[in-house]
Amino acid sequence: MRTFRMGGVHPEENKISNDAAIEVMPVGKQMVVLMNQHLGAPATPVVQKGDKVKVGQLIGEAQTFMCANVHSPVSGTVLKVDTCKDAFGLSKPAVYITVEGDEWMETIDRTPDIKRECTLEPKEIVAKLKEMGIVGLGGATFPTHIKYSIPEGKKAEYLIVNAAECEPYLTSDYRVMMEHAEEVCIGVSILRKALGVPNAYIGIESNKPLAIAKMQEMAKGFEGIIIEPLKVKYPQGAEKQLINAVTGRKVPSGKLPIDVGCVVSNLGSCFAVYEAIQKNKPLIENILTVTGKELPSQHNYVVRIGTTYNEIISHSIGQLPETTGKVISGGTMMGKAVVNLDAPTVKGNSSVLVIGEKEARRAEETNCIRCGKCMHACPMGLEPYLFSALVKNNKVEEAKAHNILDCIECGCCFFSCPANKPLTDEIRLGKNKVRAMMAAKK
Amino acid sequence: MTHDILIAVLILGALGVLFAVVLYIVAQKFKVVEDPLIDEVAEVLPGANCGGCGKAGCRAFAEACVAQGNMEGLRCAPGGDAVAAKVAELLGCAVAQGEPQVAVVRCNPANCGEKRKSNYDGLRSCAFQATVYTGEGGCPFGCLGCGDCVAACQFDAIHMGANGVPVVDEEKCTACGACAKACPRRIIELRPKGKMNRRVYVSCVNKEKGAEARKSCGNACIGCGKCEKACPFDAVHVTDNVAYIDPTKCKSCRKCVVECPTGAIHDVNFPAPAKKPEAPKPAPEKLEVPVAEKVEVKQ
Amino acid sequence: MNLLNISGSPHVHSDESTKKIMWRVNLALVPALLCAIAYFGLNALLVSLVSVASCVLFQWLIEKFILKQKSTISDGSAIVTGLLLAFNVPATAQMLWIVIIGALVAIGIGKMSFGGLGKNPFNPALVGRVFLLISFPVQMTTWPAVGGLFPMSLDVTTGATPLGILKEEGMAGMPQAWDLFLGHVGGSLGEVSAIAILIGAFYLLCRKVITWHIPVAFIGTAFIFSGILWLINPEQYLDPLSSILAGGIMLGACFMATDMVTSPMAKSGQLIFGFGCGLLTIVIRNWGAYPEGVSFAILIMNSVVPLLNRWCKPKRFAV
Repeated sequence: MRTFRMGGVHPEENKISNDAAIEVMPVGKQMVVLMNQHLGAPATPVVQKGDKVKVGQLIGEAQTFMCANVHSPVSGTVLKVDTCKDAFGLSKPAVYITVEGDEWMETIDRTPDIKRECTLEPKEIVAKLKEMGIVGLGGATFPTHIKYSIPEGKKAEYLIVNAAECEPYLTSDYRVMMEHAEEVCIGVSILRKALGVPNAYIGIESNKPLAIAKMQEMAKGFEGIIIEPLKVKYPQGAEKQLINAVTGRKVPSGKLPIDVGCVVSNLGSCFAVYEAIQKNKPLIENILTVTGKELPSQHNYVVRIGTTYNEIISHSIGQLPETTGKVISGGTMMGKAVVNLDAPTVKGNSSVLVIGEKEARRAEETNCIRCGKCMHACPMGLEPYLFSALVKNNKVEEAKAHNILDCIECGCCFFSCPANKPLTDEIRLGKNKVRAMMAAKK
Repeated sequence: MTHDILIAVLILGALGVLFAVVLYIVAQKFKVVEDPLIDEVAEVLPGANCGGCGKAGCRAFAEACVAQGNMEGLRCAPGGDAVAAKVAELLGCAVAQGEPQVAVVRCNPANCGEKRKSNYDGLRSCAFQATVYTGEGGCPFGCLGCGDCVAACQFDAIHMGANGVPVVDEEKCTACGACAKACPRRIIELRPKGKMNRRVYVSCVNKEKGAEARKSCGNACIGCGKCEKACPFDAVHVTDNVAYIDPTKCKSCRKCVVECPTGAIHDVNFPAPAKKPEAPKPAPEKLEVPVAEKVEVKQ
Repeated sequence: MNLLNISGSPHVHSDESTKKIMWRVNLALVPALLCAIAYFGLNALLVSLVSVASCVLFQWLIEKFILKQKSTISDGSAIVTGLLLAFNVPATAQMLWIVIIGALVAIGIGKMSFGGLGKNPFNPALVGRVFLLISFPVQMTTWPAVGGLFPMSLDVTTGATPLGILKEEGMAGMPQAWDLFLGHVGGSLGEVSAIAILIGAFYLLCRKVITWHIPVAFIGTAFIFSGILWLINPEQYLDPLSSILAGGIMLGACFMATDMVTSPMAKSGQLIFGFGCGLLTIVIRNWGAYPEGVSFAILIMNSVVPLLNRWCKPKRFAV
């Protein structure tokens, strides 16, 4: 079985919501749609107070390069164009919509039929991805149309679909594979066509045997889709590690996957691509896991973007348990802790993960005993303990010389540290300092 | 016997001569010619290497002074006028004058300590916490309370206060500006010390709109503009929903202090009774510490 | 409801802790301790108890009254130091007070003066041991003869270590390798039985507290180097098997050289470190003034660790 070469850890998998079928979350009374739901500059609102909008209507336009369109997830009247506090309490530009009915744009194909044929040319596919506001749903929310616009002089040879879902707890990709295997395969074929590569590899961790079997069965009906079972090891789904596992190639420091002829997309994105290209449906929904050991029930939902965390919680489990210590958007290894539960969800949110008080608190930090576990766990072959000391003493130049910018922030170092040192935090801080220093030099 | 002694003496003697020659050659070859003036200038500097001048340390500052030949644009804040005069004398140029300044912390959170809204459990660093979320108090512009400024201070002049916000020790503060640079939220500002150490400033940098700012913190500046209207000297201006008092125009009349509905404007080191009677109307529920009390903490 | 906790990712931890590691090491030292009690009787137990108790006490006193910080004695590292120190001295009644001085030096100078666990450049137990060896050469080399199982007499009957015999009398008096393996020979408290030490080391390997690199490099180098010498002149030099079984090589390679704090982090560095330890041990044994060289070899290599950490970097991704 394939895997990446160095480092990695194996946290408890906790895929307790595996068997919960995807349910549809009802729409609330008011929706708040943030304008920056993606990596890059916020979209520019193109609606005004009082405007009537339909489901799927463009409300935020990408006017700069690194940006993605935002569409209305509901129908109704624009209440105001203002700011809204996001999940971390920071103000972001947003459009408030009062929900009235559920009227969809006429262009959107809402029939359950599966449409396999795609006659669009590669350029048209990319243009449509841009129009539909598709972003990478693996967490980084990188605008997909930029990723698939291969720069001059570079050539894609591999399309790799990340279905590893190596994060503990998350099961949304798994559910999509189980319930929408055909759509996913069509989406992958479309992306394969957009890139003009012969083969697409779908990497799935071997702890999902049912999904592997299902996808293998489905892939038989498609040309050039290869299912690649991967060893259960975190961070199997990290871009560089996945490329290494599937192709054996290594993306050098400071380079992009396309420099070694690879393009990596998340499985959820492939499903979104299918809906966008074949059904004309913009990215207005997330498939999201509501899970946690403390919760009475486990769920997987399809949720309109803009639904607040509180709405999701009250619909699925009523209220947070008394013992809640942390609410995380994403998995336990790379997810972000949420502070503002009144915040709307955004593109790329893959879970509402509730962690109990006891597990949520970090243990007290003690002296580094130079055991080197962080170093051996690092999938990039870096020295986290060293960065910790360098960052503390503000030795930014030296940290850069030791390739701190190569860090992918997977969290393996903190995970394995017996002294409970917040190594990943320190490295992030160090990376920020290095970037600030480099910017100052320019 | 004598033979042995002779050999030992000769060998050691020869080695001694050899090393002396090597040392001499090396010393000549790697000689660094340096202006002795640099040493003299470095001598009169405080030697704390605080970096407040923007140079890597006191010696780097001395080198810059000597290289430039005058003190234009160069100032050692900790040393103040006394050091400036000494350096200028050594350089033989005019004295660079500057008004004495002090670091001012412009945050007065109502949501810290017992009233915090979340529990930060990560790396104790403001710079990092600022990249994670708003902070325990819930104000996206407020003090994060991890003490990056305290760590940055070379003069032991800033410490975390009881309400989770740092307090500047005016006696020790040299206005080097290290704390201001260290603060990721840019809360700390260098302001003129003022006559008899009395000064008036807006203790908030929240740029949110009034209602939002109020939600973030009971003591926030809500940008209402009352202070702007009250000021007879055109010293107060509201930009981006937050008031700022221009220290060069402020005459410390304290009319704005009385007007402020949230108690965001602070006056320090004024005799206490003066403001007791007209203490600002208590701002609704969230403002739990009256302004007068806070100022006393500072003294 | 409680306040929500906020931190950067990751939000989960492997549950590994310094405390767990130290207690595993303590557990791994138990077989060797039992062996020592079996061979040397009550004295072995008493010396170990005094050593451990004084190490813990000194650490507590220093943290409480000198450093004025929270006590860290519960992490078990002082107990490791105490046990290892006891393992490195003869199990005689007169050691009961000498080992207290050793504990003070080990904890006070060897560990706490550098800032406590994790900051000491030298293995504290070895610092204590070498201090005692230099300060009390007679007492430190007065070995009790090995009794039967559980000897009741507390009298000191002087025996000699295999390496001592070698230095004094030459090859003639050497015990057989099999006795060395089981530990039926004179020597320091914990070093006599290779098999007991290997059991402990095997446990540590399984629990991933140590890796194979240092012990294998250490013992392997000692084996090969002494083997070369033996092939050159079997009359003068000890055969390689006895070389690695006699003296403190097993204890040193498995428990002291592998001390995380004072050994290199990268695997390549660990191999070099083990190689240096093995080489120096044999050199000191054969050409030095002392019959045994493991302590000195490890301490010398400890001093090289910062350099090894600088030179031996892990292999970076895609380089």
